[in-house]
Amino acid sequence: MSQSHRLAKGGLIDRSKPLSFTFDGKTYKGYAGDTLASALLANDVQLVARSFKYHRPRGILTAGSEEPNALVGLRAGARHEPNVRATVAELYDGLIAQSQNRWPSLAFDLGAVNSLLSPFFAAGFYYKTFMWPASFWEKVYEPLIRRAAGLGKPPVGDDPDIYEKAFAHCDLLVIGAGSAGLAAALAAARSGARVILADEGPMLGGRLLSDKRIIGNQSGLDWVKATEAELVSLPNVRIMPRTTIFGVYDHGVYGALERVNDHVATPPAHEPRQRAYRIYAKRAVLAAGAIERPHVFGNNDRPGVMLGSAMRTYINRYAVVPTKRVAIFTSSDEGYATAHDLIAAGASVQAIIDTRADATISAAHDIPHFKGAKILRTLGNKQVQSVEIELADGSTRILDCDGVAMSNGWNPAVHLTCHQGGRPVWDDKINAFLPGNLPAGLSVAGAAQGHFGLKDTLADGFRLGASAVDDLGFKAPAIAMPDTDPESLAHTPLWRVKTSKGKCFVDFQHDVTDTDIELANREGFRSVEHMKRYTTLGMATDQGKTSNISGLAILGEASGRSMAEVGTTIFRPPYTPVALGALAGHHVHKGFRPTRLTPSHQWAEEQGAVFMETGLWLRAQYFPKTKNESWLDAMIREVEITRSKVGVCDVSTLGKIDLQGKDVGTFLDRVYTGTFSTLPVGKVRYGLMMREDGFVQDDGTTARLSENRWLMTTTTAGAGKVMAHLEFCHQVLWPELDIAFTSVTEQWAQYSIAGPHARDVLKKLVDARHDISNEAFPYMACGAITICNGIPARLFRISFSGELAYEIGVPNRYGDALIRAIMKAGEEFGITPYGLEALSTMRIEKGHVAGGELNGQTTPRDLGLIKMVSQKKDCIGKHMSERPAMLYPDRPIFVGLKPKNPKSKLTGGAHFLDKGAKPSLENDLGHMMSVAYSPMLKSWIGLGIVKRGRERIGDTIRAVDFVRGTEFEVEICDPVFFDPQGERLRG
Amino acid sequence: MRIPCPFCGSRDSQEFSFLGQAGLKRPDPNAPDAQKQFHDYVHIRDNKAGVTKELWLHANGCRSWITVTRNTLTHEITGSEFASPLTKEAAQ
Ligand SMILES: [Zn+2]
Repeated sequence: MSQSHRLAKGGLIDRSKPLSFTFDGKTYKGYAGDTLASALLANDVQLVARSFKYHRPRGILTAGSEEPNALVGLRAGARHEPNVRATVAELYDGLIAQSQNRWPSLAFDLGAVNSLLSPFFAAGFYYKTFMWPASFWEKVYEPLIRRAAGLGKPPVGDDPDIYEKAFAHCDLLVIGAGSAGLAAALAAARSGARVILADEGPMLGGRLLSDKRIIGNQSGLDWVKATEAELVSLPNVRIMPRTTIFGVYDHGVYGALERVNDHVATPPAHEPRQRAYRIYAKRAVLAAGAIERPHVFGNNDRPGVMLGSAMRTYINRYAVVPTKRVAIFTSSDEGYATAHDLIAAGASVQAIIDTRADATISAAHDIPHFKGAKILRTLGNKQVQSVEIELADGSTRILDCDGVAMSNGWNPAVHLTCHQGGRPVWDDKINAFLPGNLPAGLSVAGAAQGHFGLKDTLADGFRLGASAVDDLGFKAPAIAMPDTDPESLAHTPLWRVKTSKGKCFVDFQHDVTDTDIELANREGFRSVEHMKRYTTLGMATDQGKTSNISGLAILGEASGRSMAEVGTTIFRPPYTPVALGALAGHHVHKGFRPTRLTPSHQWAEEQGAVFMETGLWLRAQYFPKTKNESWLDAMIREVEITRSKVGVCDVSTLGKIDLQGKDVGTFLDRVYTGTFSTLPVGKVRYGLMMREDGFVQDDGTTARLSENRWLMTTTTAGAGKVMAHLEFCHQVLWPELDIAFTSVTEQWAQYSIAGPHARDVLKKLVDARHDISNEAFPYMACGAITICNGIPARLFRISFSGELAYEIGVPNRYGDALIRAIMKAGEEFGITPYGLEALSTMRIEKGHVAGGELNGQTTPRDLGLIKMVSQKKDCIGKHMSERPAMLYPDRPIFVGLKPKNPKSKLTGGAHFLDKGAKPSLENDLGHMMSVAYSPMLKSWIGLGIVKRGRERIGDTIRAVDFVRGTEFEVEICDPVFFDPQGERLRG
Repeated sequence: MRIPCPFCGSRDSQEFSFLGQAGLKRPDPNAPDAQKQFHDYVHIRDNKAGVTKELWLHANGCRSWITVTRNTLTHEITGSEFASPLTKEAAQ
């Protein structure tokens, strides 16, 4: 029957907008304004989920974000989202939802057999059952637990929606738009202060949407509308519905999640699904309300059992009677309000079972009324069919009903007050934990502070909203307190029904029962923190919003302690689950790691270059001549041409730092291992830079362009770190030095022209007035020149490849034109562009260190570069690099490695062992750091560190790579494989 | 967290990078026990629970190294100044 439980009129739903949706493949109808939960209940769908451990049938317990049971999978395919609380999922046309945690179907679930094995699943079962043997973990236990846990399934494919990050600033942030929050926002807004009012729901009003109340001379609902209208009219107010403040962070920073388009099937074009805010608030008022407590009794988890306040919400807000023959189980006068609303909605109240023998409130309408009575258990299968009750005189009877409405007092929603370490404090008068020490700038109003009556929530709101902004220098005008209709809130909680029959659930989401808590206590887990972890109480996605307090009370009872003595665990962000996608926002894929392109990138693309990432940069790896040319063949060709003729390589990605001032030389002497102050103008020097702990952090060349102007280059990957290091050295260590420097990496395009014909190519580009002959511009010379008829450029005669080589730099905008000019000029000499593979091979042939060797664990001595460390002066890292352990003769040292068989494909990371030595830490001789196939030697070659390597030149050892499963015999040799005298680069 | 930069004002902590304890004096490299002093300078930290002075770089801002006074128990920040005494002087 369609919407059999929908009332004919009333509610805040829009009956002119009927919606269609499916749950587990079956189609149902609802209305705009419904949640998935209210629409399911309207269609008398009571069974909506299976529980986590025992796979017990579960229904809808609440009407809010605290829901532990009714978790569903929403949407299909890549938009599928697991563990959505049906109670907050707004209905839209075409919504698709699936139940979770069941197989093969919700009604017939094989996992329910776990119920029969329940002793096996008692508290601590994770720790007891899945301990040994250790080898079972990966293959047996983990897959088993994962399949059994089944809290939803992840979506298949990439999320097609976009998420945003945003920032907002205000004087006052009001968290929650119930009566207290609206009052606080109104009082503050009238002062002119900038106010943000956020509420997790789509409508403002809080409980005023669920209970029919009177404020002043109007209905509660009309008061909400009038207040909202005034707030909307004020330019200094921003209302954020569908926005959860999920975390409180230091210094007035609040994390907020706005569900921009969760209430539609797919977001409109260019709109995000969700938006994560950082809200910077000078003050905040927490008006998050309270969460009603369930009772703990036998089979209290059966569908049909619901919080009384939730039942009133479904009736008054959604015009749905969840169940039609209801037993009221109450320890509070509020149970009688639930009875009233049920009867007004035409439902039958089978009885009011009030646990208080001394309850003074009387039941209306001739309802059977039992004081001092309890429900021992529910009976039925997939829905309550009856309850067994125990009367004050000890007699029991069966009461026919299809639902139970529980009211056991309220827990203030103190969660956010804990996020900065605040610990809630037990209050005997209201039988609940109240906020403890508060985050700076935050005050708590209304039910969240334990002030449950409407009059109190309004008074709190007006007072705290005004005082928060008055504190900031605003003047909030006084607001006259309106009258409210009378209400009765007396309650004496009953933490559990001790004489219950059957399982009594405390934590519905994690299937933790009262006996689990008793067991934890018996086994010594008496600290609340231990009990929580042992039983997993409150550790599910709901953080125990409906269960923690009952659990603590049962622990107190079992261990003979009061609630104040037991204390409470605290809550952490987020208040409700936040999708990682929302926290990431646009910072995904390339938005997370943007790509940096060099000025000649397009040219390289035109050449068919294959690119690779170096840091954020895309650099040409090699330039295949034909589609089928492998990287190895291309590299060999590029090296052979460069070494026999001429090649050009884009080196624009190297970090470049422009240093100026009269003390730059002194500064460089202190940050580099070598001496720079003596470097003449027009010369370049290689520099090695250590960290203060004595390990090499970077290398590069620095050129002295003029008396007081220098240009430093760094490695591509180290550019950012070196910059911050130099800034530290200058600002913190030696502020007295007269220097200034800035990064110019992106201002200059730079190309290395290398090979016997390098000068021939260059001559065709450099304007004639500049003499670049070997005599006038020798190795390690530098200077400002012009090229191609007056374009300013810098020329450096430096070589990484070991060839006659120059680096030529031009302002970025000329980069593309220059590479094309170089290629054209080099055509007659057979020039080739070369990529990172060839660059790397040539530097390994020359035994130059680079990334693999500069790994943060090597000293200059380790790298065979001790000659680079001036013994005449101090520098950063000098003392630490000379500690005894760094000088220990057994410390592995830099050498070359040549395989006995030239075809043996060496691998970086392989470890060295002596012949016949067992692989062990003691026998480890060092490891391979870089490898290449050398076209010059026609052999694979490697660079690495070997214990006493310099003394063992000529020895044969083994290079063993357990990861790739290779082992080769290699000969230890000098790291300079090619042109050891360096004759080529000076030619 | 918000960090007050003496140059840029109150900014989100995401703009900053953290180095560690401030106020350490780089030892005299010519001292007879320089190696021991450097060891302590590099490795030994107070790691106080309470009010500390620490170095932050306003990396995505003005690139100033600043000394922030922060209580590590409460995250309360009670001061920040340029690490360079010369910049500090010039700013006054
Ligand atoms: Zn700054």
